[in-house]
Order: sequence, then C-alpha cells, then structure tokens
Amino acid sequence: MKNRRVQVDYLTRVEGEARLVLKVKGGRVTVAEFAIFEPPRFFEAFLRGRDFREAPDLTARICGICPVAYQMSAVHALEAALGVEVPGTLRQLRRLLYCGEWLASHALHVFFLHAPDFLGLPDALALARKQPDVLRLGQLLKRVGNAVVSRLGGRETHPVNVRVGGFYRAPRREELLPLAEGLQEAVEAAQAAVRWAAGFDFPDFTPDYEFVALSHPGEYPMNEGRVVSSRGLDIPVTAYEEHFVEEQVPHSHALHSRLKERGAYLVGPLARYNLNFARLSPTAQAAAREAGLTLPERNPFKSILVRGVEMLHAAEEALEIIRTYEEPEGPAVPVSPGAGVGMAATEAPRGLLYHRYELDAGGLITAAKIVPPTSQNQKRLEEDVRACAEMNLDLPQEELTWRLEQTVRNYDPCISCATHFLRLTMDRGEGDV
Amino acid sequence: MPRKKPKLAVWKFTSCDGCQLSLLYLDDELVELAECVEIAYFPEASRRRLPGPYDISLVEGSVSLPEHLEEVQRVRRLSRVLIAFGTCATSGGIQALRNFTDVGDYARLVYERPELIPVLAESTPISQHVPVDLELQGCPPHRGQVVAAVAACLHGAPPPRTPASVCLECKRAGHICVLVSRGLPCLGPVTQAGCGALCPGCHRPCYGCFGPKETPKTSSLARWFRERLGAKEAELVRAFRLFYANAPAFRLESEAHEEPPRPG
Repeated sequence: MKNRRVQVDYLTRVEGEARLVLKVKGGRVTVAEFAIFEPPRFFEAFLRGRDFREAPDLTARICGICPVAYQMSAVHALEAALGVEVPGTLRQLRRLLYCGEWLASHALHVFFLHAPDFLGLPDALALARKQPDVLRLGQLLKRVGNAVVSRLGGRETHPVNVRVGGFYRAPRREELLPLAEGLQEAVEAAQAAVRWAAGFDFPDFTPDYEFVALSHPGEYPMNEGRVVSSRGLDIPVTAYEEHFVEEQVPHSHALHSRLKERGAYLVGPLARYNLNFARLSPTAQAAAREAGLTLPERNPFKSILVRGVEMLHAAEEALEIIRTYEEPEGPAVPVSPGAGVGMAATEAPRGLLYHRYELDAGGLITAAKIVPPTSQNQKRLEEDVRACAEMNLDLPQEELTWRLEQTVRNYDPCISCATHFLRLTMDRGEGDV
Repeated sequence: MPRKKPKLAVWKFTSCDGCQLSLLYLDDELVELAECVEIAYFPEASRRRLPGPYDISLVEGSVSLPEHLEEVQRVRRLSRVLIAFGTCATSGGIQALRNFTDVGDYARLVYERPELIPVLAESTPISQHVPVDLELQGCPPHRGQVVAAVAACLHGAPPPRTPASVCLECKRAGHICVLVSRGLPCLGPVTQAGCGALCPGCHRPCYGCFGPKETPKTSSLARWFRERLGAKEAELVRAFRLFYANAPAFRLESEAHEEPPRPG
C-alpha cells in the first residue's frame, strides 16, 4: 500500500471548520494540508470607522472560546496608541480575568476535546460514562474559570465589563472573595488532572520547533512582555511586524504567518512553558516535573500536560490576586480620544495574539491588524501532520486518520479566530489514490 | 418498552462558535441532556456522527457563503424542529456590517488576493432562507434559554418567551437607570430581555446584543439620545449598527441617521 489518501472532511472537536488532506505517493507524503473552510468575517475591514471604545466588544466576537484574549490585546494596543498606562490593581484585575479564561479554555480542551483521543473515545460524554470522576475534575475547572470571568466580566462568553483604560465597574472585595473556595478546589483539580494525563501513552514525536512567546521578567506571561523565541529572537512588541509576516502560499491559498528569517514557528502553551518555566509557580513547576515534562519539552502530544500545569498556575495566581485585592480608586484610568498608532500582544490560551490599531484625532479606527495564534501555528501544524504521517504510514487507515486528527488537536486550533484564513482550493490532480 | 431518544443535532454556519460553546459550558445539565436526547451530530464536541433525520436541530451562525444556500436547505430537510440560536443565526451577526457596504471592498482590505474568497454580498439570518421554528436572540443567548427551549421541544410545550425589554430586567435587578441618572446612551428600552441587564449592572449602557424587542420605539430613543445627550448623527448610526445591525428595526434606524449620498 504505497499510495494512499487520508481525508477528514470536517475535523471534529476543534473550534471551527477545517479539513485535513494527506496524500501519499510511493511511500512518501506528497501533500499534507490543514484546510480551513471557516467563512471569513472581515473584522479588520469593519473595524475601520468604528469608535476605539467599541473595539473590545467587537473583537471579542472573533472567538467564542477566548473572547477575553481579544479584549485584552485590543485594550492594550489602544492604550498604547493613546499613551495610557493601566497600573496597579486594575492591571491585576485584568490578569485575574485572563486567569479565568485560561482555566475555562484549557479545561474545555483538555477534557472535552483532547483527552478522548488518548483514551480512544469519541467524546467527553463517553468519558463521563467511563471515568465520571475524571470528567467531574474537568467540569469543576471549567466552572471555576467561567465563574471568575462572569464575576468580573458579567458573563463568560463575550464579557461586557472590559474597557479601554480598565473596567466599567470594579468589583467590590466581597464580590471576589467567594471565588476563593472554588479556586482552591481548582488548584487541587488541576494537580489531579496533570497526574491523570501523565499516565497517557504519548507517541514518541519531538519536532525541532522554534518556540515563540511573550516573556516578562516578573511573571508568567499573559498581558505583556517582550516577544522572544527559542532561537534568540528578543524584540519589543512594537517590532513584531518587522520580524513576522503573513503571506499567501501557492499550495494552500491560505495566509500563513512565518518568521521572516526562519519560517515556521510555534506559539501556545508548549512555547510559553519552554520559554517561561522559571516564572511558573513552584507548585506548577513541581507538577510539571512529576508528570515527566522535560525542559525544553518538544512533544506536542504532551501539550495536554502543559495545559494542566498552566491551569494549576492560573488557579494559584487568581487565588493570590483575590486574597490581596484592594478596591481601586476608580474602575478605569481616564482616556481621551486622539490620533495614534498602537500595538500589543497578549497570551491567548492558544498563544500569542497580536493587535495593531491606527486612530484618528476623533478616536475612530482607521486601520486594524489582528494576528491570531492559530494563523501563526498553521504552517507548523502542517509540518507536524506531514512528519507524523511519515512516521506512521504502516498504521491502518482508521488509526492513521485518528492519529493525524489528534496531531491537529494538539494545537487546540481555534479556527473562527483565524480572521485571515481563506478557503482552500485543492489540487486534485493526477496521482490521487 | 423503552422509547427511542430524540436525536439532537448542532450545526454551524458563519459564527464565533460561542453559542454552541454554551452547550459545552453546561455543568451537570450536559450529562442530563445527553440522557434525554441522543446527541447525534455535534462536530465541535464529538467524532461520532449519526445520520439524520434529527428531531431537534440547533443552528448557529449566519448564511454568508454561496454553499450555505444549499446547506441551509439540507439542514431544514433533515430537521423536525429547527431552532436558530444567537445573533448570527437570527439576524446575520456582526459580519452583517458588510451588508451596508460593498463586500468586495472589505475583502480587498483584508486579503491580498480577494478573488479567492467566494462570499455572498450579505450575511443573513437562517429565517431568510428556510422556515425556522424558534429563534433565540442574544450574543450569546443565555445557556438557560437554550436548555429551556430544548426541554420545551421535548415536552411538546411552547418555548418560554419574555416579550420585554432589558429595562424590565434592569428594574427587577434594582440597577439605577444609566440613561436617566448617568446620561449614557442605553439601548435597553428597545432591546430584547434575556441577558439579565448585564451592562447597566456594570454601570455601562446596553449595546443591544440581544437585538430588538417586539415593537421597539427606536426613533424616540434616538431622539432622546440626540436632544438630551447631544449624540451626533454618526454616533446614532453606530449605536444601532452593531451586533443586530441587520435586524429590520435597527437597520432602519441606523439608515435614518446616515448622511444622504452626495449628488454626482
């Protein structure tokens, strides 16, 4: 069986619509394509002419799973354009909100989208029947994360309380304190989750990635930092577009992000972990070691463990922010409209999320650029699919298909996010099996 | 004799996935739901896909691509009860902002080779293409609404409805009116209830993400914004041209404040 074709027309347990196409000829992979058929929605176009204060609500709608990430990158970029700094407690509250989203988003991926692959199950409901206690851990982590986002943001999907300059209303101390109990349980649940997932059978697969993530001297990166890589890149966010480009590539007709000098790179939990291990909480570091994660860790199948470690860190950090919370003087620092250009990147659950805005004197947006993590990972993801397929060509069709789907799900691709993705027109020329 | 469980399907058109995510964000109700219905088609949640027809279809997203025109007919044929849920499915969503311009201009702004993107000129609700049994407004609808709608279907009961504005929920919650007391341009009086008056609860004006309520008096609200709050025409256009831009009531109101095109 030298020539074969694997095609998954509608990838399941990912957020959005994509297909996977693999062609093998003479024992070699000739085509490995991760094709996105998610319809474009033209966010960057309709942001033009909108008031800058609308951007957090508008860009939240790019993604139902990580709206906070879009709100955070938007407000930071707009504050950079307007020369505003949001320090102290308001900064901490933003971090708390992000911790909530990391918890909920990672819990969803680990338990509902990713873990079933390792157990040979179709979905989390099957997991609920087989290992109800385990799914309860996932439900708890998801619930606690969502509770944090709802308490601060009004609701978990498309929160309403985020504004340029801070928040519309700062929570009172007694509103946040009741979250502590759940977060304490989440710390334990995350530890249990990492221990549980450490027992999975991980394929031996360690590509030579260039990891890219934010890095901050004092904290595990969420809202700010320099953009660094495992091959020596170390730049301020303002220089992002000098080093990274998005381009259409002939074989896929899809915009791929790449490092100008070196090509494909990886963003997301694995990259953050490798570049920022020292800033993880001691408990999170211990959990990582105990689970057998190495440093650097190059196995993308083990990203499920890293998500567990990050959930642990996020729960601990959220707990600390709540315990030390003192109500700020006002819910936001004053912001007045003005002309300017601003860029920012924050760490969405799936990795680096870059925004740039240009504003006119009246505060209307004249240009916007958004580079989501899935767009950045797309090229690297295809390379993984190709390499993983070549290592597993002896597997029967159904198993190979599932393994490749799992390879895609390692990335937790968030396809609605990918505002730049195009439809892929496949070359179905000669040589098809 | 055990009855066969009704089959539930979850479909996606053009959207952010936030509405179907509300199902995955269910707590114990998720497992309960799976006991009451066979989750037969839900690609975001499961590899397992059972063939139709389906007793209940939840449809997320708007119709925005040429192939959606056929797909939406297929979904209708396969579904006994079709529930459109969320802003995109019930009005076209934020991507319906393209309906007010030339979508080609949008494509050229975002993409290097726009000719590769076959999109429809307008983003439209499911009900514009096929009969819809129930619409749940909201960006996103509250997950309780979704569960209640499915439960009502299962019991053959009419779905719960609240034909009221956000103001009602706001008063009930005991919030101070942001329009009157803070002078903020709040869309609460013309917006469908369902969110629990979240924005006024955060001291900000409602931005209408649950869409127009029945018979909304948009023009008198717009007049209030202009005369009492000093809102400019362009601000009135933006206020009504947001997440429910394509809903007829909001669409007409935003168009009423647009500058007439220059002659020639």
